[in-house]
Amino acid sequence: MINFKVFIQGLKSLKGSRSPAIPLAACFIALGALLKDAGFNIQQSAASSFFTYALPGQLVMAESLLVGASIINIFIAVWLVNFRLYPMTVSLFPLLEHKSQPKWKYYLSCHFLAVSSWLIAKDSYKKISKKHRIDFWIGVGIGTWTTAVLMTVVGYLSADYLNKDMLIGLAIVNPVYFFCMMIGAMKDLSISISVILGTILGPIIYLVSAEWSLLFAGLIAGTIGFLFGEKNGI
Amino acid sequence: MGSSQIIILAIVATSFATFISRFMGAVTSKKVSVKSKVFLWFNCVAYSTLAALLGRMIIFPAGVLADSEIFIRLLVLTICVSIFILTNRNLVIPTLLSAIFLSILSNF
Repeated sequence: MINFKVFIQGLKSLKGSRSPAIPLAACFIALGALLKDAGFNIQQSAASSFFTYALPGQLVMAESLLVGASIINIFIAVWLVNFRLYPMTVSLFPLLEHKSQPKWKYYLSCHFLAVSSWLIAKDSYKKISKKHRIDFWIGVGIGTWTTAVLMTVVGYLSADYLNKDMLIGLAIVNPVYFFCMMIGAMKDLSISISVILGTILGPIIYLVSAEWSLLFAGLIAGTIGFLFGEKNGI
Repeated sequence: MGSSQIIILAIVATSFATFISRFMGAVTSKKVSVKSKVFLWFNCVAYSTLAALLGRMIIFPAGVLADSEIFIRLLVLTICVSIFILTNRNLVIPTLLSAIFLSILSNF
């Protein structure tokens, strides 16, 4: 059903000098501590990472609860901040497609799609034979997802021992890791323009509309990057 | 409604709002060919949306990060990205150092 060897190969991407384990651990420990602060119990904290597994959305949820936002408002705010997962899935899953593989693998494993797993998969899918790429992806996904859930629990349990400076330190790890990975991914003109413009437009549009900023910045910067690439034949 | 019920509802709403995008992505993927222009466009939009999120996380962060100075965050980011490039793209060293740098610098 699943090619075990390739699955393990995916799981092993947690090791080595490009490992996402440290940034994942850092940010989910910080999240676990934050959720405790927001009044969650340990089961609820673990369930949040288990079922949502998307840090920016979970941060939005915790902060919205703290200010007493309604469930509908939380739903919309989370949907907007996590909408990036839609283009991310569409830009990865066709690469993992193989007609011999059952559809359920794709529909279930899309839950593992997060920035870290996506960046690893984009970085290393070429090394895996087309037929087994989805199994590789499931390995990467199970590894990163399990790390996230476990570290949320660790963060919850260690919340009392973490002071504010340590939490701030943990919170920077994730954006630093993502920035490094993105710079590593800037191999052609269209992607480079998309990344640079997106980084600039994200905060600027945020000043106009906090909730819609990611969607608009992403669409504008990505389309410009794409058109530039097309025009220059890259 | 008790606060525990509100938390559970919030978890359900957050998980559902997140899964929609992933699942719709998996459905759309079945119709998109790797060689098509649409795929290239989605690829650019995925990277730019992610970049927009990162830009926002550094400039207008949520959570505890908001309590640090923007100048310090930018300084730490610049140093760590430089280390990443200088260490032949090692990711473990700059990410570990970023936490240490920011914790120390926030105290000054």
